[in-house]
Amino acid sequence: MSNAKKNIIVISTLIVIFSIYNFSVYNLRDYKQPVKLSSKAIQGQQLWQENNCWSCHQIYGLGGYLGPDLTNTFSNPKKGKEYIKTFLNSGIKSMPKFNFSEDEKESIAIFLKYIDSTGYYPNYEANFKLNGWVELKYKDEE
Amino acid sequence: MKNKTALLFLILALTALLIGVFFGLLAALQYIIPDLLKDYIPFNKVRPFHVTSTISWIVLCATGSIYFFITQIEHLKLFSSKLIHTHFIIFIVTGIGIYVSFLTGKMEGREYLAYSPILTIPILLGWILFGVNYFKTIIQNVKNWPVYYWMWGTGIIFMIYHLSEAHFWLIPNFREYFIRDISVQWKSYGSFVGSWNMLVYGIAIYIMSKIKKDESSARGKTVFFFYFLGLTNLMFGWAHHTYIIPTQPWIRYVAYGVSMTEWILLIYIIREWKKSLTKEDKKSYCMAYKFLITADFWVFLNLILALLFSIPAINFFTHGTHITVAHSMGTTIGINTTILFASVFFIVSKINPSFKINQFAVKYGRNLFRISLFLFWITLLIAGVKKSYWMYFSENIFFSEMQDSLYYVYLAIFVFGMGLAISIISLGTVLIRVLTKTLKNQENLVLYSATLLIIINYQY
Repeated sequence: MSNAKKNIIVISTLIVIFSIYNFSVYNLRDYKQPVKLSSKAIQGQQLWQENNCWSCHQIYGLGGYLGPDLTNTFSNPKKGKEYIKTFLNSGIKSMPKFNFSEDEKESIAIFLKYIDSTGYYPNYEANFKLNGWVELKYKDEE
Repeated sequence: MKNKTALLFLILALTALLIGVFFGLLAALQYIIPDLLKDYIPFNKVRPFHVTSTISWIVLCATGSIYFFITQIEHLKLFSSKLIHTHFIIFIVTGIGIYVSFLTGKMEGREYLAYSPILTIPILLGWILFGVNYFKTIIQNVKNWPVYYWMWGTGIIFMIYHLSEAHFWLIPNFREYFIRDISVQWKSYGSFVGSWNMLVYGIAIYIMSKIKKDESSARGKTVFFFYFLGLTNLMFGWAHHTYIIPTQPWIRYVAYGVSMTEWILLIYIIREWKKSLTKEDKKSYCMAYKFLITADFWVFLNLILALLFSIPAINFFTHGTHITVAHSMGTTIGINTTILFASVFFIVSKINPSFKINQFAVKYGRNLFRISLFLFWITLLIAGVKKSYWMYFSENIFFSEMQDSLYYVYLAIFVFGMGLAISIISLGTVLIRVLTKTLKNQENLVLYSATLLIIINYQY
């Protein structure tokens, strides 16, 4: 068998495994608590994208680092919905003043509420294992 | 030299690099003087310019290099000259379209692909044309492909797939389930980077085999083993980006296992190649060789960093900090840009053998590049460690207070970033000048001018 044929067999095998893997990932459901975004939350997500909020802020630590992570801002007892809405149009330091309508501010706050309901970040109650693994604390776990 | 479109790709790539460096500096400046530019061009507007330009540099330079190697060094007859011209025109028009959309504030996309999703269609079309031209050319002319042909082919195909996958969020069923959506988004990004790495690392292996004048290092069993290992990482190793997301644990288990094999690919090949290289060969492509050695150093540093934070218990503390940025700068600048500089210097040595590599801008540019990049990288790590400490080991300190305490670290990042920018501008402008000179009085300069005219008409 020529080397080219052998290579094609290896690549084909990898692609078959990759296809099964992708099918599983694309049909992934939340591990503990499925959260489906409402139309209002999706509207907030759209505004999040159109205004590049991800440039400065993170969700689950993913995004830019100029501003704070916002994963659990909604449920934070010192922050919450009104805090989020206030910041949007007042700006601070390098954060520009946006000109969102009340409805738009509400949408963004709802989007962050849904994100908040999916889990924790930072995950302070994660469990460390000796083999380097980390068991995350999920949202509906006691 | 009949077809110079490859050089046009390289000139475009270097131009994108200079633009990217400029916006990178503007972005870094906002960390130390937050109010300075926020009314004119705030950070959320600057970052897409920087990211898009630097990604464009990598993919355009890889594309131009591959076209050049195939047509000018391997002397293969390209399947279609029309396709390469069309490919170039599509990319330059789309690139301008993206900048115009950024300037007018129409950014509807996501991180790394901030432009309006509609512009992905011509980008995908360009990659498909590249793929058709590449495979038709290679299949018709080459038997027993060396590994770099496999790597380039794989890179093109997976680039098309993962660029499409990065836009699955447009499908409502994906978008509605946030955890799956963010997982697939970062899956696509991880593999997208893996795809361009296939192109860039293929270029590194190609240049090595040419400097060494020995194709066996690109055909052996070991090199193919590492190619398949790299491909496995491209497919399944992405999830270490998302260890912290509350997704199914099996995804993270797979990523943990696969990630541990990461980065071994290139360092092994380069080290093996260096062992057998004679001094005489090194001299003949001196600057390309020097940049490959610099890439070797960065592979080593990033190998250590990547392996460490692929361990979930370490990733837990490094995720969401500038340690991740240090890794991404180490790979995109330290490895990708360095290999691509090696590629362009290698090409320059072919098209202009009298080019003086000892001229001031090149010699000192390269030294400044190496020193400032290393210091830049170290300060990013320091910023990351400090933020991680704030996140997990300090109490009742506000985010803004933590940021203020990092002022001198951010200042150092800006200063070293400035050094890096000066070095890249020195090297980039020299290379643009040489490539442009080569194009002068050639038939493709007409094409270039015609392209620009089309673009101007298109815009107005």
